[in-house]
Amino acid sequence: MDLLEVKNLDFYYGSQKALADVTLNIRRNAITSLIGPSGCGKTTLLRCFNRMHDLYPGNRYAGEIRLQGRNILSKNEDLINLRSSVGMVFQKPTPFPMSVFDNIAYGPRLKGQRNLSFLREKVEKALRQAALWEEVKDRLKENAGGLSGGQQQRLSIARTLAVDPEVILFDESTSALDPISSQKIEDLMTELKKDVTIVAVTHNMQQAARVSDYTALMYLGSLVEYDETEIIFTRPQKKMTEEYVLGRFG
Amino acid sequence: MTNARKRKLQNIAALSLSALCALIGLGILFAILFDVLKNGARSINWALFTQDPAPPHLAGGGGLKSAFLGQGLLTLAAAALGVPLGILAGTYLAEYGRNRKYAKIVSNLADMAISVPSIVIGTFVYAILVKPWGGFNGWAGAAALAIIILPVIIRTTEEMMAMVPWNLREAAFALGASYHKVIVTVVYRAAAGGIFTGILLAVARVAGETAPLLFTSFNANFFKLSLSGPTPSLTVTIYLYAASPYENWVRMAWAAAFVVTALVLALNILGRALIKYRVKG
Ligand SMILES: Nc1ncnc2c1ncn2[C@@H]1O[C@H](COP(=O)(O)OP(=O)(O)OP(=O)(O)O)[C@@H](O)[C@H]1O
Ligand SMILES: [Mg+2]
Repeated sequence: MDLLEVKNLDFYYGSQKALADVTLNIRRNAITSLIGPSGCGKTTLLRCFNRMHDLYPGNRYAGEIRLQGRNILSKNEDLINLRSSVGMVFQKPTPFPMSVFDNIAYGPRLKGQRNLSFLREKVEKALRQAALWEEVKDRLKENAGGLSGGQQQRLSIARTLAVDPEVILFDESTSALDPISSQKIEDLMTELKKDVTIVAVTHNMQQAARVSDYTALMYLGSLVEYDETEIIFTRPQKKMTEEYVLGRFG
Repeated sequence: MTNARKRKLQNIAALSLSALCALIGLGILFAILFDVLKNGARSINWALFTQDPAPPHLAGGGGLKSAFLGQGLLTLAAAALGVPLGILAGTYLAEYGRNRKYAKIVSNLADMAISVPSIVIGTFVYAILVKPWGGFNGWAGAAALAIIILPVIIRTTEEMMAMVPWNLREAAFALGASYHKVIVTVVYRAAAGGIFTGILLAVARVAGETAPLLFTSFNANFFKLSLSGPTPSLTVTIYLYAASPYENWVRMAWAAAFVVTALVLALNILGRALIKYRVKG
């Protein structure tokens, strides 16, 4: 069974339909890229997976999204629980106005964890996983706002990891970074897929080709083609996919 | 006269006129400050803070210990009533009521309430807390001051919280936080500096109020650290003593004026320094 199964998903912002009949399965311990022209619904699909849309009134889903078999779109889904198993890293780094340590300990503390030695271990482990430990281990008490942009983005990843998610969603999380920082995050994603499943939205075709195992192309709220990355980039079924990955679309 | 020359002359005229007005305004302000400083500083002595007013015929004796204590207690009680209420109401408007029509209306009403003359608030509190109570009392004074600071704190809280970027809240939601956790652990933290500054400026404003206290806490020569009876304050003391024919009372009024002015000024400067500090980073 695949980790996430999306079946006939429609999504509406009020009366405006933004996703139409999307069906795809996200494989466990793999990186899946979502690509497509601006406005095609990549972010919209990603934010269905942690039901971020529920924060705003008027949004509506139809269809199914199954996480390990459970339909997370059901009315009685516990969103707090869902969001701790489906983490999200945003386009811009979002350090909370508190110390590096408190940023990482934020999730575990939400779950009621107060034991300091446990939290210390958790913070170190998450920072190591996010390849940030060496750079910040002497600055744990400093405000996280003082880190560089790339460090802040890895801090956001570490903060998500500290909650032990099954899935991490990345929404253009390297687009605001310099090439070296963005390379670091790519390496990190490859490293992380041993432990978690990754879904990443990107406009960077090279990045999708380099790091992802599967790629889905979307257009106007629908799924155009979804397959192994290698196939999408070398011998896609659809003409549109070929033109898009070659940058000849539009 | 050429057109260019004419415009130049107009420019000079406008400039000198506005500069003159600015000078007059500042001049009056500094004259007041200088007067308060000169007369006040002369009248300040240790007894002012440690003794109660002496009868007017005992020249030179006495102090305003009770008025200081009363003022402190009134301000403290006003803050204790107004600050939590204002922060909670502002939080509601900025978060739960965001984009709701009635929240916008309440927020506009709070804006209007800020400019209600304080004497109106004084008479209002007189009607609901002094008359039924059967006499002047400190709680009524504190309530009047609290009503004055309430809308200021509501609006500051609302604005400071609205300034916290949405993606910060989303990031906290994405980690599995409930809305009240997001507000308490992330939004308040990000807005704390601004809200604190707002409170400071509101308290500074209310520390110089006289009119609402005249109708409520009024005055007492001796104060037993309780707000249930008439409660002395520096501002009402100034009002009553400055107009009295007794030389030592007038001197005490000057001293009180000096202390109140210094206090309000200090709070304002502190508040503004905090704003500068926050804007810089
Ligand atoms: N909050 C919203 N309310 C109404 N419509 C929205 C909202 N957010 C997005 N949309 C619309 O939904 C469609 C899909 O938007 P979405 O943000 O998912 O695109 P995207 O593929 O992520 O684009 P980009 O690459 O520019 O980030 C667009 O037509 C957009 O205008
Ligand atoms: Mg997007």
